Amino acid sequence: MSGWLRHHLAAFARAAGQLLRHPLGSLLTALVIGIALALPAGGLLLLDNASRVVGDVGERPEISLFMAMPPDAAASAEVERRLAELGEVASFEYIPREQALARLADSGLADVIDDLPDNPLPDAFIVTPANLDPDAFDAITARFGQWPGVAHVQLDSAWVKRIHALIELGRKTFWLLAAILASALVVVTFNTIRLQLMTQRAEIAVSRLLGATDHFIRRPFLWTGILQGLAGGLIAWLLLAAMVTALREPVSKLASSYGAVFTLHQPAAAQVAALLSLAATLGLAGAALSVDRHLRANV
Amino acid sequence: MIAFDQVSLRYPGGAGGVHDVSFELARGELAVLSGHSGAGKSSLLKLIAAIERPTAGRVSVGGQDVGTLPRQAVPYLRRKIGLVLQEIRLLLDRSVFDNVMLPLQITGHPPTDASKRVHAALERVGLAGRGQAMPLSLSGGEQQRAAIARAVVNRPSILLADEPTAHLDAAYASDIAALFRSFHAAGVTVIVATHDSSLFDDAAPRRLVMDHGHLREAA
Repeated sequence: MSGWLRHHLAAFARAAGQLLRHPLGSLLTALVIGIALALPAGGLLLLDNASRVVGDVGERPEISLFMAMPPDAAASAEVERRLAELGEVASFEYIPREQALARLADSGLADVIDDLPDNPLPDAFIVTPANLDPDAFDAITARFGQWPGVAHVQLDSAWVKRIHALIELGRKTFWLLAAILASALVVVTFNTIRLQLMTQRAEIAVSRLLGATDHFIRRPFLWTGILQGLAGGLIAWLLLAAMVTALREPVSKLASSYGAVFTLHQPAAAQVAALLSLAATLGLAGAALSVDRHLRANV
Repeated sequence: MIAFDQVSLRYPGGAGGVHDVSFELARGELAVLSGHSGAGKSSLLKLIAAIERPTAGRVSVGGQDVGTLPRQAVPYLRRKIGLVLQEIRLLLDRSVFDNVMLPLQITGHPPTDASKRVHAALERVGLAGRGQAMPLSLSGGEQQRAAIARAVVNRPSILLADEPTAHLDAAYASDIAALFRSFHAAGVTVIVATHDSSLFDDAAPRRLVMDHGHLREAA
């Protein structure tokens, strides 16, 4: 076994032992970290679920393409061909001008239409884009407007933009909250490690006299920070899982009262891994800041 | 092995320290450093172990200039030096075995080899079988022996001891002095700061006397 690995295993064992020797203090610190992480993580999880619902909604926004007058069958055929080949289009429907006029007549305007000398309506295409992102929506609309034979493009994306803006606002709010609480987490770890450094001051001084490097002294404290962060991350995950379990049924009932289907999902494995990694990294950062400060002040 | 060339150490406020000290100590020599309290004995030892840096002159240990040694190189110098301090400084929450194991953990010795070395060091100082005892359950003499075992477990080429027989009765002090003489006989360079240099008469040591920070060599 390499010396580096042996040093880390020994430091890990010492850090774990230190935490287990003070179970109540370690648990309270982990709880503080867990609650601080669970708040923004829970908000982001809810928004993630909401985004999924918006993406799944059946009533998708549509873009209407109106062809130029007088009607040109070749131009309409070319637009139909291009739409069929375009990856950004989920589906489209071609509405010939005669069909549009018949629909208009069916809608109760038959008397008015009968008085018209000829059909004033152009050929049209109703397009459903594959991507609901407002920017993608704008880009594809602009492209349709440049196609030959297309006289006018009309889109109905206002509601999509509003929902996306709301979700984005929520996401940014929770990220901001996450940043603030992450700072608090670093401070909590910093302080816990500072207290440990104070109680182990004699041991550090003796170790230095015996030839311990700063790396040797730092390692157990860094592992303590990582383990505390991980414990906090685990608690945050348990809180999230409990929250989802508790809210799943009431949320589903509320959604069904509006005729919708909405199920809250537990965090995915990748999200849990990200949460634990973030917690461990923040714990490590707090510990590193604390032990570096101590070593600089006690050369 | 150890060379002081016009070395001075002035503490802030001007108290204590050493003034214009020069001497050389060859590999394997035994030196007894005596002098009144505050004469500069501890300061001289601290300069060798790079606990203090000289404010003037040059301290050389094993060819390394301690005064200009980078901070990150100091631990590696200290691993060549066994230190027995005036305050015994055993870690009270660890067993004697774990205290003696500490220098080997620092240098990253494989556990099996380290364990053998600890047992050998404890046997050498007469504490075989006391490894699992906690420091506070030992007598003063036993604590000092444990501290010596910790200082020599890494097989240092230099052994520095600051008043290792202070607070010990005559019998214990004689035992501890015998230990240092045995390390000297094994080829280790030994410097012992003590009020009672007669404990080392048998080994015909080099006698260094500190007086108000100045060094004068006795016959």
